[in-house]
Amino acid sequence: MNLESFQFSPGIYLAPTVDWLNANFHPLFAFISSVVETVLSGIEAALLALPAYALIAIVVLLALVLVNIRVSILAGLALGFCLLVGLWAASMQTIALVTVAVAISVLIAFPLGILASRVKSVEAAIRPVLDIMQTVPPWVYLIPAVMIFSLGRVPAIIATIVYGIPPMLRLTTLAFNQVPKDMLELGQAIGASPRSILFKIEIPAAKPTLLVGLNQCILLSLAMVVLAGLVGAGGLGAEVTRGLTRMEMGLGLRAGLAIVAVALLLDRLSRGALQRDRTRAAG
Amino acid sequence: MANIDANEVLIDCQSVWKIFGEKAPAAMKAVAERGLSKKQILQEYNCVVGVSDASLQVRRGEIFCIMGLSGSGKSTLIRLLNRLITPSLGKVLVKGKDLSALDAAELRQMRAQHIGMVFQSVALLPHRTVLENAAFGLEVQGIAKAERNRTAAAALEKVGLGDWLSRFPSELSGGMQQRVGLARAIASDPEIILMDEPFSALDPLIRRQLQDEFRQLTKELGKSAVFITHDLDEAIRIGDRIAIMKDGVIIQVGTAEEIVLNPADQYVADFVAGISRLHLIKAHSVMVPVVDYQRQHPNSDIGSLVKTTPEADIDALIGLTMQSDRDAIAVADNGTVVGVVTARSLLAGVKGTPSHEQAAAA
Repeated sequence: MNLESFQFSPGIYLAPTVDWLNANFHPLFAFISSVVETVLSGIEAALLALPAYALIAIVVLLALVLVNIRVSILAGLALGFCLLVGLWAASMQTIALVTVAVAISVLIAFPLGILASRVKSVEAAIRPVLDIMQTVPPWVYLIPAVMIFSLGRVPAIIATIVYGIPPMLRLTTLAFNQVPKDMLELGQAIGASPRSILFKIEIPAAKPTLLVGLNQCILLSLAMVVLAGLVGAGGLGAEVTRGLTRMEMGLGLRAGLAIVAVALLLDRLSRGALQRDRTRAAG
Repeated sequence: MANIDANEVLIDCQSVWKIFGEKAPAAMKAVAERGLSKKQILQEYNCVVGVSDASLQVRRGEIFCIMGLSGSGKSTLIRLLNRLITPSLGKVLVKGKDLSALDAAELRQMRAQHIGMVFQSVALLPHRTVLENAAFGLEVQGIAKAERNRTAAAALEKVGLGDWLSRFPSELSGGMQQRVGLARAIASDPEIILMDEPFSALDPLIRRQLQDEFRQLTKELGKSAVFITHDLDEAIRIGDRIAIMKDGVIIQVGTAEEIVLNPADQYVADFVAGISRLHLIKAHSVMVPVVDYQRQHPNSDIGSLVKTTPEADIDALIGLTMQSDRDAIAVADNGTVVGVVTARSLLAGVKGTPSHEQAAAA
């Protein structure tokens, strides 16, 4: 055995594992696939059911009531832009993908983040995993995801979830570590149950940082969903990919700007919720 | 300890120890078996002794002050009383129940219904109004909104914040925030209120005002309180009895008068050196026995002296002496003259020497 021929190749072990999973757990993956597809199609259908103008009007009104006038104007402009450049359906598909991916990321990251803030050994175990998840190029997740779920929206959403979990998880842990100790002591001293302490003291105190985590999760998921256009996820990512492969500058630019518009929309809406909370606490 | 009626003692803290550190159990065992000192524990086990063999009883209706400088273990001790910290050794009985024998639910119930607590940092929830904060203790007990708001509003009324119900904590001054903390504690109507240096962060004028209000309110409601402070003046102003702590050990327990007149050691003596005796020391502590007085002043007629009670303080006694043309005041308890206060004993009292030592000096 000489050194030059020695190579470390985890793929040798990983690929058979994926194959084995595929062969033995196909019904499970098929079930996950169909659930994700159904939910996605449902949201997409809901977003596309109304005429574009009506949906824009509803979002603008909701933003006006729930956040403020600036966010409401911005939401109108962003959605209006998507409509004007002729990418309305693709934009709605992207928003649906991001919404589902973020919801699942949060469902996984939030409880794990709380656990990590309570049990130091869990945090120590999770941290290197998160580092790997964040530094491995996202294309790499797409490979096993496609192997298991084949092309389409499902592997895209799985890869997006994997990418969206780390920021939410880290910031959840940080948010809960930052809850003032005297508040926790208060909860115990008045005889509150662990459940009351969690919902009435810890989550409200952690809320600003949690919302920052949600915000990061949304933006990173959006970036990933666009990349997932490569594996046939549809939406704006597909338009960007098409522009790239056909060397169509115009299409690429329009799709790219529509992505910016969607990003601004989602970012400002979630941030608006955060600021609304602060003004209430101060005033 | 056995001679105190058990029904009267609300908190009974029996030889309680708290050792902090990774090897605390081993260190505790070493203390129990070999009697190591605080310093040896730190060297051998790298553990810190927070509270060392503390015993105290808090009776119903009493305000019990624990006075000590920072690091003396007073904050640890008060947390042992509601088991926010679990003792390494020893027992804490609250209303006759051993706290360490309670399960989680029973302990929560004990804290919720019988032991209120007020923190130095106030610990108000910033996203809740004053009323919601004051009602928080009742809320976690699952009391219906209308009822808990009514109770909390009444508690806020008692601390003088009746007009501030819908404000947020950030709109209140430090003193007002601490009143909300007090209202939150009394809203659950506990028998015992633990006060962890509640007024330390306030400016002196507000602090004195709150001290007086707190004492009055506690007495009015018939609550018992354990009050932690690093300020001896505050302890004397508020406390019925005072425990002085140093390095985790309670070195003396007594009324302010007892501590000032008979400090247990040099540390306590240095502490009380600067305290004004005028309102602290009472006639019964400085009076000389009637027989002694008569021996020294055979011609004096005790019956014609101005009379006062054993509870009259030195300030009042000086006032009486100035008004009277005689040089002595008779101290009468239920009509019987039990002693005589002379100008000499007044001076001794101002200096802080009790009557039995005066006699020895004379």
